[in-house]
Amino acid sequence: MEFTTHLVCRECGKKYPLEPLTVCEDCFGPLELDYDYERIRHSLTKKILKSRPQTMWRYKEFLPLKGEPRVGKDVGFTPLIHASRLGETLGLKNLYLKNDAVNFPTLSFKDRVVSVSISKAIEFGFTVVGCASTGNLANAVAAQAAASGLESYIFIPEDLEAAKIMASAVYRPHLIKVKNNYDAVNRLCSEIADEKGWAIVNVNLRPYYAEGSKTMGYEILEQLGFRVPDNVIIPMAGGSLLNKIKKSFDEFETMEWIDTHKTRFFGAQATGCAPISTAFKKNSSEIQPVKPQTIAKSLAIGNPADGHYAVQTIRNSGGRADDVSDREIVDAIKLLAVTEGIFTETAGGVTIGVLKKMVEEKEIRPDELTVACITGQGLKTIEALSERDYPIPVIEADYDQFEALLH
Amino acid sequence: MAINVKLPRPFRRMTQGQTEIVLEGQTIRELLDDLEEKHPGIQAKIFSENNELRRFINVYVNNEDIRFLNGLQTAVKETDKISIISAIAGG
Repeated sequence: MEFTTHLVCRECGKKYPLEPLTVCEDCFGPLELDYDYERIRHSLTKKILKSRPQTMWRYKEFLPLKGEPRVGKDVGFTPLIHASRLGETLGLKNLYLKNDAVNFPTLSFKDRVVSVSISKAIEFGFTVVGCASTGNLANAVAAQAAASGLESYIFIPEDLEAAKIMASAVYRPHLIKVKNNYDAVNRLCSEIADEKGWAIVNVNLRPYYAEGSKTMGYEILEQLGFRVPDNVIIPMAGGSLLNKIKKSFDEFETMEWIDTHKTRFFGAQATGCAPISTAFKKNSSEIQPVKPQTIAKSLAIGNPADGHYAVQTIRNSGGRADDVSDREIVDAIKLLAVTEGIFTETAGGVTIGVLKKMVEEKEIRPDELTVACITGQGLKTIEALSERDYPIPVIEADYDQFEALLH
Repeated sequence: MAINVKLPRPFRRMTQGQTEIVLEGQTIRELLDDLEEKHPGIQAKIFSENNELRRFINVYVNNEDIRFLNGLQTAVKETDKISIISAIAGG
């Protein structure tokens, strides 16, 4: 049963039927999905919710499918961890981490958007799917296309991390490296989507795709026992995840499952690619594109599609956008590992780095309920760490040599 | 100077299905002025009130975003590959 009603232009409000459309034909603004929340309220209760399997599909009424998911049925419901040791180090008593570094099947939050968009592509009758990706999305599309037997075309910048390339290639998609940055890959995919009858999930299925990100927000709220966090820290590449987590909070408020939320949203970027953070600091919502230069390749989008809206969401919430250097990103990856035993990729380093900065600048206070979103897995960006930082002794299988090491 | 310009799918409704169009001009602005001559009404959709391109419209010269070049004043020549892309998505 479908609770989505129509697509609506975010700029001019013009409504469209539920078809594979992304852009308003009058003003070229982006299209967004709307739902019949009154009907959802009549058919879904907290009690029903709690009886369902622990996957992102327990929130299916808020997702844009007509029927049941066709792929990715086990995605989501990743751990929400009370990070007491990291919290103690930073001076926070109520810090939680939403850990999508262990999402299923490809270890990033992108599994969420891909299970929605490939299921939707199948509903629409597409037989070929694809994406423009900085790596994690490539992994997720390749895996879930393989699992559903669809042909896939995946476009990535040539210089991605080795693990992100191999963790796409292994599923045997048509994987194509482009000799340029993500923004160029993205532009190419816009042209491909225009010419071929394919579902490029983050281009011509974007309104449907992006809705999958909301499930990260629903899970945070439910796992907190429907308490509303004071602060949420979210990494930003295109800016979509931040907007969708805000939308998920608004929707649970509409359902009257949470109190009116006054959550402050904090957007985190790498200084080497910080167009959204820069616009926020300039008190503008017009995004000036940049040429990315950072180790946080998964966030290296110089022309962020939802940056304009992310700045508005952050500003209206009383939060902040900020950025950290590559050095701070690596330090934050290490800090998270030694305090919580969680190994995140560079994007997670960006989140923890900006969290630390916000605490130091007293934007986030010790007693506040704070959630930081860890969106990806450290094993995929192992290049960010240097073996020189981890001198490892090598010994013979000899007890005396071991004893000698200890002295 | 006549230059070939690639149009995005959402424009094609206004250009009777043309995917590419030959436009006259020395700069991107002049090309877009010629596009308005040939298909009246299109500029009202792609320009904002202050006569700048709306943020959803991206123009590329030889694969480079004109915002990294000289904006609407970017000079163009016949051999340039020019494309208009509506609503860069991705991410």
